[in-house]
Amino acid sequence: MLNLVLKRAALGLITLWAASVLIFAGTQILPGDLAQAVLQNNATPENVAALREELGLDRPAVERYAEWLGNAVHGDLGTSLVNHRDVAQDLAPRLYNTFFLALYAAIIAIPLSVGLGVLAAAWQGSAFDSAANAVTLLAISLPEYFLGYLLIKWVAVQWGLFPVLASVTPETSFTERLYMTFLPMLTLVLVIMAHIMRMTRASVISVMSSPYIEMAVLKGLAKWRVVVEHALPNALAPIINVVALNLAYLIVGVVVIEVVFVYPGLGQSMVDAVSKRDVPVVQACGLIFAAVFISLNMIADILAIVSNPRLRHPR
Amino acid sequence: MNDRQRDTTLLDVQGLRIEALTPSGAAAVLVENASFTLKRGEVLGLIGESGAGKSTIGLASMNYTRAGCAITAGRILFDGRDILNLSEREGRALRGARIAYIAQSAAASFNPALTIGRQVCEVAIRHKILGKAEAKQRAVDLFRTLELPDPETFGNRYPHQASGGQLQRAMAAMAMITEPDLLVFDEPTTALDVTTQVEVLAAFRKLIRDRGTAALYITHDLAVVAQIADRIMVLRHGKTVETGDADDILQHPRETYTKQLVAERAAAMIGHFIADNHAGEAPVLSLKAVVASYSSLNRAVSDVSLELKRGETLAIVGESGSGKSTLARVVVGLLPRESGDIDFKGERLPPALHERSRDTLRRIQMIYQIPDLALNPKQTLLEIIGRPIEFYLGKSKEEARERVLALLRQIELPESYLLRKPPALSGGQKQRVCIARALAAEPDIVICDEVVSALDPLVAEEILGLLRRLQETLGLAYLFITHDLSTVRRLANKVAVMRKGEVVAYGETSEIFSPPYHPYTKLLLSSVPEMRSDWLDEVLQMRSFRD
Repeated sequence: MLNLVLKRAALGLITLWAASVLIFAGTQILPGDLAQAVLQNNATPENVAALREELGLDRPAVERYAEWLGNAVHGDLGTSLVNHRDVAQDLAPRLYNTFFLALYAAIIAIPLSVGLGVLAAAWQGSAFDSAANAVTLLAISLPEYFLGYLLIKWVAVQWGLFPVLASVTPETSFTERLYMTFLPMLTLVLVIMAHIMRMTRASVISVMSSPYIEMAVLKGLAKWRVVVEHALPNALAPIINVVALNLAYLIVGVVVIEVVFVYPGLGQSMVDAVSKRDVPVVQACGLIFAAVFISLNMIADILAIVSNPRLRHPR
Repeated sequence: MNDRQRDTTLLDVQGLRIEALTPSGAAAVLVENASFTLKRGEVLGLIGESGAGKSTIGLASMNYTRAGCAITAGRILFDGRDILNLSEREGRALRGARIAYIAQSAAASFNPALTIGRQVCEVAIRHKILGKAEAKQRAVDLFRTLELPDPETFGNRYPHQASGGQLQRAMAAMAMITEPDLLVFDEPTTALDVTTQVEVLAAFRKLIRDRGTAALYITHDLAVVAQIADRIMVLRHGKTVETGDADDILQHPRETYTKQLVAERAAAMIGHFIADNHAGEAPVLSLKAVVASYSSLNRAVSDVSLELKRGETLAIVGESGSGKSTLARVVVGLLPRESGDIDFKGERLPPALHERSRDTLRRIQMIYQIPDLALNPKQTLLEIIGRPIEFYLGKSKEEARERVLALLRQIELPESYLLRKPPALSGGQKQRVCIARALAAEPDIVICDEVVSALDPLVAEEILGLLRRLQETLGLAYLFITHDLSTVRRLANKVAVMRKGEVVAYGETSEIFSPPYHPYTKLLLSSVPEMRSDWLDEVLQMRSFRD
């Protein structure tokens, strides 16, 4: 089994490396000249030439890639072209915000949706099953920004329960943060719940038709024990995978929500940097997102391997 | 238990009727007017072919019906209590604690994610019969009684870490840990190899005799039930054919259907060997020192040399894992051989499938064990059987259609079936279609991989008859893979007995199946149950003597 886990980890590293190549190449083929774009009105030929040299743009791309990757591995993500500050230091609080919101949403959404999925499977075809399916499907059918605005309209404006804006600062206290980010969290919970719930339900239902489940019933076990103790452990692998995909979405895919709630997350930084052609920041964000996405999927696969008793306890 | 207790009725089933709701909304009757009683400590054998309703009755006596089925009439008294009117909670208290179930495939009925020990102890703990430590101790005792390896630690294993026979015995432990009054055995040895079946059967019998547990023993095998049941109830299509003392039913059956079953089972054990009348002819297929494996670690087939002649049947016998199906895959080229030669009509066959010409592929066809998996359920018989005719013989659609109709006549199916799809056919009819598909290619050799193992005895007998007739008319050569020795006796001119990838005995059927036997052949032969009720005792005695 260790062998399989190591293989999967190695595959993850290779994927990450390939992603770094794509990110670097992608920022190179952006149309127009970078030095000209940065200098804008001051773009005299002398200034442009000087900046090009300063940025090393006259050196071959492969060389610049190697240098960039080498620095990134050591935690040096370069200097911003716009405000000339260290990118890593600049992005750190943003990254914290992104992880905070993702974790906040995940801690609520995952147990809730797995729980609902298991219940829906246990009472397959009941009114509860239909209702849970309908509500989550409705939530997933609405575009996420629309869902966000609906929540703002009712929960924030009409009922005044939670703030509209989630513009936290590094000075905001932890409990204050929980309160301020409640609406974006709720939006994200609604968005990801349907996926996880439906996968849990389908996975548990397919296991419920196994002979060992009939055996558990014939042993006179209570229904919840049959579902939770006998069916769920065998239904885990697909659930782990869908959870990992949704966690990855919570970190790399929430820029729209950040904009709606004016939340200073990493996604917004990346969008800003793209519009300002701040290449080191774009590259850093891209690399962080890629690393998160690849690691989460890798962890999911490794967990799926570990949760399989055949691999955990070979003959 | 004293004699007075032994005589009291434990289970009383009267006028039981069980119906299933079909998708169209109509009700199909699975069991009609079933009535029987079972005394404490008594074993009743429920006998019948698939669809006879025997499992349905077994489950109903636990107040359990499968999804879509319902008990619509009758009553079931267990220990004097009407169990059909129990609440969900009361029914649950009965299941596992006082009535326990032993399923056909232990490998599928043990939860792969939990240890065996946990699953065995769980019943007793959840029914609050035993504490955790006591349950564990009782489980170890049962494992020891059932002669499982390392009884102290056997419970720590996961199901995939035990063999099929071990799991079946572990399931008996799981059923017995609560010391129930009634056990329902549902074909508990059907999935096992013959040699394992003897051990498991002996373990079951010892367990229920020692503890005086009553049992319903469901099986299609008369010889198995003869070893364990006091009385027998024969079922067919949900109706009771006859009920009586085990010896009476087996020795002097009254009803025609029972007579058929008994005669079929008896014929399996006697009858003449088919002579080898092909001496001197050149073989169509010859294997020389063939070696093949799935991984570099162990050989699945090692050093096999065999010959097959036109119009001849060569049976490959062996238990599961002996390499007999692998050998078939090597011959057809699905698994390329590592070394050795396979000659077909004097020409060397390339090892891999893709290296062989279309004509060679046509000449060696295969029929599989489970027709349900071998047939595309969305295709009509015309498409299924017509495809090889167009593919191999390059015939037009019209010619193919004519040929399919001729083939349908040959396999004794009505021509009106031409546009039917497999789900509309019975198991035996599906296997006939598989045979027609193989014949459509006009092959020289047909490899039959356990082709009748999944069929009921009487249907299997018909299929074997068809194969024999086709062989006579068409001069086909069969490579017949099976674990069932009685089939071999009735069909094969020659036999190769395989064990762990090697051929341990090879020769004419009459030679292999007559003394002096190879020790492994003798073990296999002596493990085939016979319809005498003292057979199991004799085998066990013989073996303990030998040890």
